[in-house]
Amino acid sequence: MKRLVILGGGTAGTMVANKLRAALGRHELHITVVDRDDAHHYQPGYLFMPFGIYNTHDIVRSRHRFIADGIDLLLTEIDRVDPAYRMVHLADGRTLGYDYLVIATGVTPRPDATPGMQGALWGDRVHEFYSLPGAQALTEAMRRFRGGRLVVHITEMPIKCPVAPLEFTFLADDWLRKHGIRERTELVYVTPLDGAFTKPVASRALNTALTDRQIALETDFAVEQIDNDTAELVSFDGRRIGFDLLVTVPLNMGADYVARSGMGDELNLVPCDQHTMAALNHPDVYVLGDAGTLQTSKAGSVAHFAADVFVHNFLDEFQGRPATHSFDGHANCFIESGNRKGMLLDFNYTTEPFTGSFPLPGVGPFRLLAETHLNHVGKLAFRWIYWNLLLPGRPIPFIPTTMSLAGKRVESDVGPTATGLPAPEQPSSPAPPPRPAKPRLETKPLAAPRPAPAPAAAAAAPAMAPSGGYVNRPGVDSTADPATVLPDPIVPKF
Amino acid sequence: MPTTLIGGRPIDVNDEGFLVAYDQWDEKLGAELGRLIGLELTDRHWAVLRFLRMDYPARGETATLRRASTVGGFPIKELFALFPGKPAKKMAYVAGLPKPKGCV
Repeated sequence: MKRLVILGGGTAGTMVANKLRAALGRHELHITVVDRDDAHHYQPGYLFMPFGIYNTHDIVRSRHRFIADGIDLLLTEIDRVDPAYRMVHLADGRTLGYDYLVIATGVTPRPDATPGMQGALWGDRVHEFYSLPGAQALTEAMRRFRGGRLVVHITEMPIKCPVAPLEFTFLADDWLRKHGIRERTELVYVTPLDGAFTKPVASRALNTALTDRQIALETDFAVEQIDNDTAELVSFDGRRIGFDLLVTVPLNMGADYVARSGMGDELNLVPCDQHTMAALNHPDVYVLGDAGTLQTSKAGSVAHFAADVFVHNFLDEFQGRPATHSFDGHANCFIESGNRKGMLLDFNYTTEPFTGSFPLPGVGPFRLLAETHLNHVGKLAFRWIYWNLLLPGRPIPFIPTTMSLAGKRVESDVGPTATGLPAPEQPSSPAPPPRPAKPRLETKPLAAPRPAPAPAAAAAAPAMAPSGGYVNRPGVDSTADPATVLPDPIVPKF
Repeated sequence: MPTTLIGGRPIDVNDEGFLVAYDQWDEKLGAELGRLIGLELTDRHWAVLRFLRMDYPARGETATLRRASTVGGFPIKELFALFPGKPAKKMAYVAGLPKPKGCV
């Protein structure tokens, strides 16, 4: 009998355990799931709590209720994994040997990773909604809010559910209107990305949605610290954005045992194959859900589709057949846009989100990248689907694992100028002017101006030999037909 | 995919101008790429660029600012000073590596 250990009993871990338990007998495969507690959170629900739409009861269920019979569930912290010896060391001293290991412990918000985030204003004017206590505290803060500047902020990508901060912003706009204080509130969306979203067509639609609601957008903002004395976000390039209420998405990181096991990158994410979810450096270790390095959204839909691919391949190999399934990066995300409407994104590694209908071409009923009431209904219905179909491992009607282009209006030539943002300034070669270290927003006046950043590397580089000491390893020339070579370089727009 | 003359050499680039072949880059070309976006490369620039070049092959993706900071040991504040405005993209461009993937 083989032993499968699944670390993490969240969306991915629970689905995989249940699907494999249904497919293989207990005498063939022993399955153990490890999690730190017995509370399974419907994480998409956190978003709705601050607006009184969901409460804790809607979001938390007992974990073991969703783990099928015939699966061992151990509730304890994980100390570390020893992949060379195929052993998991638990915090209570027990060890678990495995033949196959699934890492599905996700990512968690780390407010302590940003200086000042957990300062004097934490829980008062600085909040987050990526945890249950955070969403509960923000619920109170929203009730007390009487207007001013409300700033929604992403610390750094990747984060799980990358559309959630936009959804929060849209829902806040709607909520403020209904409470009669929208006129007294300046809403600001601050992102490290260069637009509301990364993919051009979706970014264009979402930028428009922000503009339509008079929500200011501050882009390319890499936060250095939160200044608790002045209540301001401060960026590495010296921009300062004041707030009366800050709703931030802290840095998201994988579990600490991943780092202790020497299996993670700088964010404790486990590097994995984009199509099989196999850990790159450790045989028979797989990474599902948010814990890995798939270049697609960290989202429940991705966990679901990738888990389907993994289960197919696992069963094939377990039963001596070659594995045939390959994950395409498929993500399918409802975006709440307020006023009981929603939008829908459907994309994968190679195809960005387009407009159109989903899942039935020309029929829908859902509209891609358009705001409709039915998309909102779909989002709310998903909570039922999650508890009743997804976690138990039952199929969801009409939703394919692999993305389809049917019903989509494909835009083939979407350049960076199509984002709806003003065209970035063309760098005037050879010396582009340094970006002004001030936000595009009006900010509160500062008591003392911030000193300009030191000239490049002045402090750190005593010897300024501009181009001396080349490593003598010449590059290889292009083999393109000389007749096709353009005489002038293409210089990116930064 | 266009090919352009950079520093007198034919180089394959994408539509934005980022190099697409790891082996076509050398440090002389890096200096020229820096010049094209207005950067005079110092030893500190080169330390960052060499870290990015070294880090890329095994991972298949360009190091983020966080990785350059936590693994390479370059403070993010300094990266902003060395490559003003959009350091992650500028570093990747000058190092002849893909633009960091738009995180999704």
